[in-house]
Amino acid sequence: MNLHEYQAKGLLKKFNVPVQEGIAVDTPEGAAEAYKHLKVQFGNAFAVVKAQIHAGGRGKGLIKGTQQHGVAVGKNAEDIKKIAGNILSGILVTKQTGAEGKKVNKVLIAQDVYYDGPNPTKEYYLSVLMDRAKACNVIMYSTEGGMDIEEVAEKTPDKIFKEWVYPSLPLQPFQARKIAFNLGLSGQAFKNMVKFVTNLYSAYTELDCSMLEINPLFKTSDEKILAVDCKMKLDDNSLMRHPDLEALRDITEEDPTEVEAGSYNLNYVKLEGNVGCMVNGAGLAMATMDMIKLSGGEPANFLDVGGTANAQTVEAGFRIIMKDPKVKAILINIFGGIVRCDRVAQGVIDAYKNIGEIKIPIIVRLQGTNATEAKALIEKSGLKVESAILLSEAADLVNKAVRA
Amino acid sequence: MSVLVNKQSKIIVQGFTGTEGTFHASQMIEYGTNVVGGVTPGKGGQKHLDRPVFNTVKDAIAATGANVSIIFVPPAFAADAIMEDAEEGIELIVCITEGIPVQDMVKAKNYLSTTQSRLIGPNCPGVITAGECKVGIMPGFVFKPGKIGIVSKSGTLTYEAADQVVKAGLGISTAIGIGGDPIIGTPTKEAVQLLMNDPATEGIVMIGEIGGNMEAEAARWIKENSKKPVVGFIAGQTAPAGRRMGHAGAIIGGKEDTAAAKMKIMRECGIRVVDSPANIGKTMAEVLMNL
Repeated sequence: MNLHEYQAKGLLKKFNVPVQEGIAVDTPEGAAEAYKHLKVQFGNAFAVVKAQIHAGGRGKGLIKGTQQHGVAVGKNAEDIKKIAGNILSGILVTKQTGAEGKKVNKVLIAQDVYYDGPNPTKEYYLSVLMDRAKACNVIMYSTEGGMDIEEVAEKTPDKIFKEWVYPSLPLQPFQARKIAFNLGLSGQAFKNMVKFVTNLYSAYTELDCSMLEINPLFKTSDEKILAVDCKMKLDDNSLMRHPDLEALRDITEEDPTEVEAGSYNLNYVKLEGNVGCMVNGAGLAMATMDMIKLSGGEPANFLDVGGTANAQTVEAGFRIIMKDPKVKAILINIFGGIVRCDRVAQGVIDAYKNIGEIKIPIIVRLQGTNATEAKALIEKSGLKVESAILLSEAADLVNKAVRA
Repeated sequence: MSVLVNKQSKIIVQGFTGTEGTFHASQMIEYGTNVVGGVTPGKGGQKHLDRPVFNTVKDAIAATGANVSIIFVPPAFAADAIMEDAEEGIELIVCITEGIPVQDMVKAKNYLSTTQSRLIGPNCPGVITAGECKVGIMPGFVFKPGKIGIVSKSGTLTYEAADQVVKAGLGISTAIGIGGDPIIGTPTKEAVQLLMNDPATEGIVMIGEIGGNMEAEAARWIKENSKKPVVGFIAGQTAPAGRRMGHAGAIIGGKEDTAAAKMKIMRECGIRVVDSPANIGKTMAEVLMNL
């Protein structure tokens, strides 16, 4: 589950991780109010308006049909109100959102941290994530902050450092010092960085993050270390023990069809093809998508019905797949182990009858427990459903449907 | 001969009296698996499915001599169950539970590394030595005894492969469902090594999916050490980057963990890779015939 910048920063503050302060608002008037608060608090005439969406590249991205960037600096309350007005309710298109963009419902009015002072400012990069191969968490960091880290990794891989953290232990002081030294810090900034990264790592493990990225990680002109931006991704499997974090979920950021599928315990991902599919098990579902492609079609979705392929879930699956007008055929592929094929077949028949007329060809491939009985049931039903037992037979039927 | 489990294995079920544990333990017993008891904290001393229930794994081992454990406990408590098994010296731990928090598995995997126990899973269908012993949730009737070993990240795709192999007249020696999570106890390479050293296994089917580098690692080992033919399949050739495809581990993060990259490496290492999941059994039969 992804969090917004303002939500993530709020959580970091609870772990004593210093952040660029700000106030999230959803109206231009609220933005002006927030600006006034920040001005009193920090004594700085400048503030930043930051669009809150689940995608990166906001600074360079533009609100559709305008020249307004998703992150912009304002110098007084009127200015901030105007910028917030331009951004709120607009569609922000960045290189991560795709051409359709994302609607902006909230902006974060944030303090300007690039103020003048005794020392130069500097941007760094730091993230915490899981290293699958080593089965432990790794801190990845670089002196090249504020830019696309993938580009840094490609062009100057020697500028990226990694620190693996021993499982079950917090980040050790020598590791935190190593990170601060490698970033070239000394004096007060060094001490602040050691504290920052130690507390950040605690936040990562305590909140059950699967990814936590601070870019830019910022040294102010008076040697403070702050998170200016923050991307936080939580481990979905851990949400059962964090009801407070689950409540931060913003479903307006998610595909509505995928949210609906989730409410039926279906795992659905929309794709761009013309053959829908409904399968039990994630691996078999991906394999079925691959087979559709080899049979001359393109998969329209990933849909794992899990262990409960009954009339209700199959009907929900049918309705969800058929929302996509590009779908020319639907393949149901169930390997019945524990779930009996004849019961799945009855589910398909009931769902089909409940929906009424289905105008596109349905191919049902049921293999496993009671596969023969299932095939007989489907054939006896009189519905326009093609039935198969072998996977290769199903592939042939998909090919026929695509070419028709 | 067999791998990991056989007729001599003595199995306990953790989460024995729950719905899942009860159903699958009955199925395992029906298959002929030697289930000697189960563990449900607080229900020690009771009988369930005609077998004793214990409060702790320690008690269960003392009373039954169990050496294998299968775990059905809910995700929040599963890592704890794994560590309890490891602490008490269970040789093989099979964790079926899906949805264990990743940070829990980081701890459990580290804990395991200090013991002699082997973990299969989590989020897996389990292990079956055909005709002898089923420690898992797979439909037993599909796995007819024979000479092909299977290593797979996925559940139903394993059943599909086994069914094809059996229908091709070859049958199954041992099938190992290693699981689809980012952190698992036994990676592809180790499971392949076990089958490579098993005299009852003449060929190996290796099924992977997008995400991670386990298949590439296994393929490189196979290139150097293989004594038996290997047929491979990678699910997710049509999966888009950056989207999680059901399994927590099935997400394309970099260039190396796409299906195409994995299939290329596997082919370069001498594995016979099939494009279509419908051709797994047929291809294994062809490869064995041409030896």
